[in-house]
Amino acid sequence: MAKRIDVTDLDIYYGSFKAVEGVTFSVEPRSVTALIGPSGCGKSTVLRSLNRMHEVIPGAYTDGKVLLDGEDIYGADVDPVNVRRTIGMVFQRPNPFPTMSIKDNVLAGLKLEGGRRSKGDSNEIVERSLRGANLWDEVKDRLDRPGAGLSGGQQQRLCIARAIAIEPQVLLMDEPCSALDPISTLAIEDLIEELKERFTIVIVTHNMQQAARVSDTTAFFNLAGVGKPGKLVEIAATPVMFSTPTQQATEDYISGRFG
Amino acid sequence: MSNLTQRERDESEELLHSALAGGKLPRWAVPAVAAGALLLAFVLNVTTSVDGVAGTLIVAVLLFLAGQTAWSFAVEGRRHAVDRLATTAIYATFLIALAPLVAVLATVIVRGIEVISAEFLTTSMRNISPRSEGGGLYHALIGTLEQVGIAALIGIPLGILTAIYLVEYSTSSKSKRLGRSISFFVDVMTGVPSVVVGLFVYTAFILTLGMQRSGFAGSIALTILMLPVVVRSTEEMLRIVPRDLREASYALGIPKWRTILKIVLPTATAGIITGSMLAVARVAGETAPLLLTTFLSQSINTNPFKGPQAALPTFIWDQFTSATDASVNRAWGAALVLIVLVMVLYLAAKIISRFTGVKKS
Repeated sequence: MAKRIDVTDLDIYYGSFKAVEGVTFSVEPRSVTALIGPSGCGKSTVLRSLNRMHEVIPGAYTDGKVLLDGEDIYGADVDPVNVRRTIGMVFQRPNPFPTMSIKDNVLAGLKLEGGRRSKGDSNEIVERSLRGANLWDEVKDRLDRPGAGLSGGQQQRLCIARAIAIEPQVLLMDEPCSALDPISTLAIEDLIEELKERFTIVIVTHNMQQAARVSDTTAFFNLAGVGKPGKLVEIAATPVMFSTPTQQATEDYISGRFG
Repeated sequence: MSNLTQRERDESEELLHSALAGGKLPRWAVPAVAAGALLLAFVLNVTTSVDGVAGTLIVAVLLFLAGQTAWSFAVEGRRHAVDRLATTAIYATFLIALAPLVAVLATVIVRGIEVISAEFLTTSMRNISPRSEGGGLYHALIGTLEQVGIAALIGIPLGILTAIYLVEYSTSSKSKRLGRSISFFVDVMTGVPSVVVGLFVYTAFILTLGMQRSGFAGSIALTILMLPVVVRSTEEMLRIVPRDLREASYALGIPKWRTILKIVLPTATAGIITGSMLAVARVAGETAPLLLTTFLSQSINTNPFKGPQAALPTFIWDQFTSATDASVNRAWGAALVLIVLVMVLYLAAKIISRFTGVKKS
């Protein structure tokens, strides 16, 4: 489990618009890397290009290398579907499938991948994934109820359970707490702490306290102006980043002087 | 506040009161104005040239509008007066729009129910002259069920697949052009009169390809007619499935075709079923294209691929044009059966869509 990611010279485009330019960084296995920066700086775009979700948007493409344990996920004969099975993702807004029960939501990735499983196996996976997402105790008596009936925080943990059920190597999280209240946020942050023992985690957040709390490494993105591409300004171990950043822009952003 | 005198406090409260509260018509104002308007209209009916039930009612409504607006304007001010005027106008136009629907339904039910009997539902018109009583629409009912059934069997899947292509696949710049032209032709199809579709099937399939006049030829015409309705309604339903859900599915490593089949379509099921049923209901009552393709028949023909076949709309047309008391009664009976048939189909679809698709907690 848990692989490393090496991004080299990544440019990301929406049609003719260059959204992100020249990003190079590495993510260690079993660590949490936080991407921070002002709105529009391309941090979510970078995240989405790490599991080839970026190209789902019509006209969007990337240029550069993203290596997963040395293998380029943008290689010519690489199937994006396989990439996404290896690198899971949790979105900003909880998005459980409205047609499915809690249980089916957890199993969605496995079932729709095409594999047939015995009932006992499925139940075991459901329990393991929901326990992994700290949701089991809250929903174990109503696994057949619709997933959309849960609270926002529970839905988000259900989405995390759904993502880890397929046993990915890496888990990408795109502002997973921004639609949640502080208590649910705390639950997710605790969960991230546990998950990093099994997965490599990359998280985008607007909340700098959150980045400071959960991450081992922090990357700061910024853009020169509207319509200009976003760039990676600085990446360092989180304590270093929040105490002695080398770049003025990073210090300004972290101390709240702009953005 | 504590060092204000009692009088100052009273004054400030009064100021606050007048700033927030406005005049308000009493509860009994609306019924009172309505009663007054009716009374006045009745008086006008007796004394002046205002005449008839409809005329008197219209005058009453206008009087009510004027009276209520004037009173409200005087007491409540301009905004409330306009609000009441608009609200009443909307209710009035709603009732006017409802009137023909209720009238048609009521007439069909009243006239049709007299005709319907076990014999009417289970016999054909074979060897029964237009002039004589008796006979029935069994042959036409069979015909309509078969023709509409076949049309639905072809048209609904084809329409849903077209909509899936338009929404899910024609997104790249190259396929966009194809998508746009399909979309354009679907629009054109919506506007083609049904009799022209009938003529098309008649010339293309029956005259040119030598197909028999049959229920199936009618089904082809009905398929063409329902296709654009199915495509448009399905397209709309697919477009309102949130992008989030598709992305969530892709992010789990689920391929696109499975995402569409297992996530997008189920989420949109209720709307797709409703849209498809509306399309079926629409073509079930088509007459002109069937006259050209299935022709008329007075006897039972259960084979939709061979020989003329009756259908409910053409049965109604046939009986009505015979213009005898007996045949016109049969036309009313068939009209009621057609309406009930469409309603049963619609209710069935509603029940099905209730038990599929999005789960409500």
